[in-house]
Amino acid sequence: MFTEADLTALFITLKLAVITTVILLLIGTPVAWWLARSRWRFKFIFEAIVALPLVLPPTVLGFYLLITLGPDGPVGSVMAFFGAQPLAFTFTGLVIGSVIYSMPFVIQPLQNAFMAIGQRPLDVAATLGASPLDRFFSIAIPLARPGFFTAAVLGFAHTIGEFGVVLMIGGNIPGETQVVSIAIYDHVESLDYANAHGLSATLMLLAFVLLIAVYAFNRKLGYKKGCGL
Amino acid sequence: MTIKVRFYRVKENFTLDANFSMPSKGITAIFGPSGCGKTTLLRMVAGLDDCANGYIKVADSLWQDQHSFVPAHQRSIGYIFQEPSLFPHLNVQQNINYGVKRSCAASQKKSADNVVELLGIAHLLQRMPDKLSGGEKQRVAIARALAVNPCLLLMDEPLAALDQKRKDEFMPYLEALHAELDIPVIYVSHSSMEVSRLADHLVLMDAGHVIATGDIHTMMTRLDLPVAHDADAAAIIEAQVSGHDEQYHLTHMEFAGGTINVTQKALQVGDTARLRLAARDVSLTLERQSDTSILNIIPVTVDDIIDESASQVMVRLSANGVPMLSRITRKSASELKLKKGKHAYAQVKSVALLA
Repeated sequence: MFTEADLTALFITLKLAVITTVILLLIGTPVAWWLARSRWRFKFIFEAIVALPLVLPPTVLGFYLLITLGPDGPVGSVMAFFGAQPLAFTFTGLVIGSVIYSMPFVIQPLQNAFMAIGQRPLDVAATLGASPLDRFFSIAIPLARPGFFTAAVLGFAHTIGEFGVVLMIGGNIPGETQVVSIAIYDHVESLDYANAHGLSATLMLLAFVLLIAVYAFNRKLGYKKGCGL
Repeated sequence: MTIKVRFYRVKENFTLDANFSMPSKGITAIFGPSGCGKTTLLRMVAGLDDCANGYIKVADSLWQDQHSFVPAHQRSIGYIFQEPSLFPHLNVQQNINYGVKRSCAASQKKSADNVVELLGIAHLLQRMPDKLSGGEKQRVAIARALAVNPCLLLMDEPLAALDQKRKDEFMPYLEALHAELDIPVIYVSHSSMEVSRLADHLVLMDAGHVIATGDIHTMMTRLDLPVAHDADAAAIIEAQVSGHDEQYHLTHMEFAGGTINVTQKALQVGDTARLRLAARDVSLTLERQSDTSILNIIPVTVDDIIDESASQVMVRLSANGVPMLSRITRKSASELKLKKGKHAYAQVKSVALLA
């Protein structure tokens, strides 16, 4: 049902999604924590920046990334100075683009989960001798567990569905930067509907299963109110 | 050994101004109407709220002054919040261990076992918090706070979130703590009933200011303070069981001013208990009445009289040095020609035995 190239595209897509999700969880957790806890009055500026990829057309994002990462862009020229290859049209470039593109889908659920915990459990933990870092790991993270799950799944699913950014900065290099959504586009352009169906149905099924998992898991884990927190 | 507290903070048009010392044993109640700043004060004592202009010293350890601030997690405190606030992802045992694991003293394990027994929660250790009743949760929260052997226990209206039935179930545990613990407790409350049952010492607050401090017996009967003019104004008396009347099922309670009879209680001779004599249940006569149904008649001298309204006065009495209150009509006070130093007899219609 899948051609060799389709399977490679699927593998690259999954690899991209896994790496992007892991990076976003690592970077997003402290950012979300800061956004949830800070009382700084210009915090909203950072909230807007995090939300930007939600509203920007992916092509716009991709265009600026291409310029930035390309050989003449600020990042590209610094890298060229150190003798490195520019990141545009590489898998690493795709990862950077995906991290930015999927950022709100990871940070926003985490921020909401951290905010839902409230001040009380953290105060209790402080009076029981837990330092701020200890409180973060022993109270905030476990209590925000449903948020982490939602963030991971949304970040993963959203990266899989990415098209515009990839097209702009990754190009369409089979075996290197060709992801499933672009492979589908290629199939349709060459009127190869059978293969387009195969890949499309696979993505649809995957997205559906992931969302089912999120909703089922959140229902199970949603700590009942009335346990005093 | 005392605990010295001084905080001054102006925030959003609310001035908190507290400056007092309290003894380093027994229960000190911070008492005042809702919204007068009691909880804020308690949070500052714990180090949970910052106050640039603060000072607190507990026995020999300085927790805050102009130059230093010990953060909450480094203060040796136990804090009981209004809602039980158990960690929902940990079971009862793990909740209790949370603090124990983070404190360094070696005697913790023993202390944790003791409080589990004292609070009667041994059978709940494996349960998750959402499987506990409100009263059980609060008992676990208290055990969790006490298990770390704190130098100071802070309680913020621990009964407020419970209904009356749960309050009645819970009260004996607090009273047991009062009897067993030798650490000082700061107990925030707006309920005069809780305060009369538990407190040894009172810090009276109103609109952000500490207006008076002192031992509970004096404070409850000071006519210059609002507590003595509350509808439930009452004197608190510590008395000792001197005997039982088996025939009529009475228990005799003796205090410096005389003997008071209460309906028979399961107390041993020699036990001490706290009596609450509501001002409205105490009437005055100049001669000792004999043909009366009232059993408790105590010789007193009038200490002070103050008009409460056009029709009522509050009389402060001294029963051989023990202060009592009596609320009577202004007409009666005038007909009995009550004035400072006059001898009279207090007839106590009913007495509540508190603990």
